[in-house]
Amino acid sequence: MPSLGADMAAGTLVEWLKHPGDEVRRGDIVAVVETDKGAIEVEIFEDGWIGALLVAEGTEVPVGTPLATIVGRDRIEPPPASPPAPVPVLAPPPPPAPSAPRPPSTAREAPKEAPTTAALRASPAARWLAGERGIDLSLVQGTGPGGAIQRADVATFSSRPKHREGIDPAQMRRAIAAAMARSKREIPHYYLSHSFDASAALTFLADYNAARLPADRLLMAALLIRATALALPDFPEFNGFHDGEGFTPSEAIHIGFAIAIRGGGLAAPAIRETGQLALPELMHRLRDLTLRVRRGEFRSSELSDPTVTISSLGERGVDLLLPVIYPPQVAIIGFGTIRQQPWVVDDRIEPRPVMTVTLGADHRANDGHRGALLLGRIAELLQEPHKL
Amino acid sequence: MNRTDLRAMIVEEIGNIAPEVEAATLGDGEDLRKALDLDSMDIFNLVVALSLRLGIDIPDADAGQLVTLGGGAVYLERRLTGPALSG
Repeated sequence: MPSLGADMAAGTLVEWLKHPGDEVRRGDIVAVVETDKGAIEVEIFEDGWIGALLVAEGTEVPVGTPLATIVGRDRIEPPPASPPAPVPVLAPPPPPAPSAPRPPSTAREAPKEAPTTAALRASPAARWLAGERGIDLSLVQGTGPGGAIQRADVATFSSRPKHREGIDPAQMRRAIAAAMARSKREIPHYYLSHSFDASAALTFLADYNAARLPADRLLMAALLIRATALALPDFPEFNGFHDGEGFTPSEAIHIGFAIAIRGGGLAAPAIRETGQLALPELMHRLRDLTLRVRRGEFRSSELSDPTVTISSLGERGVDLLLPVIYPPQVAIIGFGTIRQQPWVVDDRIEPRPVMTVTLGADHRANDGHRGALLLGRIAELLQEPHKL
Repeated sequence: MNRTDLRAMIVEEIGNIAPEVEAATLGDGEDLRKALDLDSMDIFNLVVALSLRLGIDIPDADAGQLVTLGGGAVYLERRLTGPALSG
């Protein structure tokens, strides 16, 4: 069971999307897990074949529990010991036991003798199908004589509506409460704020969008994320993780973008390798992410990956926000709503669209002087938007 | 396609973007952003969906016309029937 957040202790395996014998590639979605943050798709981080499913659908297990064994591509048995990954999505297989996972050609048969299903009344065909699809028979409602489970019952169970019911607001509230309480308890925050003239960014956006069809246009959020991603490489002490002992900078920049859920709650999943995305691709990813977050469909790595977070209040927000760091990250950058206000230009006062960018940062990892330079750099980039 | 059809189409597309909100009962002049808590990404997606469905361009500068159901229906009708179709 992968850790999908600093405060996640356990998760419920809702659905297996891959089954024993299925070939899998790194990045494939193999299962759906229900957590405090809603239903999350779990990715696999290795190529190979699914050996055995170790956790039945509907079971809640602690973080770190192996969910399945993977038979590596280049070896048949014993199963390879996975190198320790920051986020073990599929935990390494258990130590070689007398019954080592079988080679891929026969692994498909493995689960049908699972002892958990032995005591149930089920027809051989039902057992076979349940084994084939990795279904825990104890969850299936039998309609045969004496409540015996028949093949059709398993088929019905397996084709039931997927358990992606989106976000449970109460669970999400608990997750936010746990993360934010930890943040305020452990992280010595400091806050900085910087206002700048946003007219260059707005003009760039209007010109860019006027020449394009709706689907190819940009939102201001894409410019804000791009500017931040371009500024961060010179400020590594704001991009990474603090584990309580010390700070580890991250080479990759995966910006988490806070997305509000209508009716309450939010999630800040990562836009992976943010700095490598040009504006059109960044906008595309942002649209996709927003859509999926609001449907409650995000991937495990998207929640655990962010190395730094951006919170942008958009058009109907306030002038500035003092954002709270999402641990174990060490910085969060906030963008307030652009407002028209008096601004001094060449010794004259003019009405200008002004934006305020803020930083909430972890004083264990970095200092205000550098934080100020970071905000200044972001503002500078947004005033030269053609360079984004 | 008349104004009523276009209004229904906007309601339907809002339903696709934000299934959890109820747009059909809104008044013609109510601001969708305030009444339904739609943000700029939602309005962006609404413009994209309507433009693809109707096969017309909706200039970015006109997106503000789509923030009410009544205004949106009038605007789309004009785009569909008006002489100066750019899309």
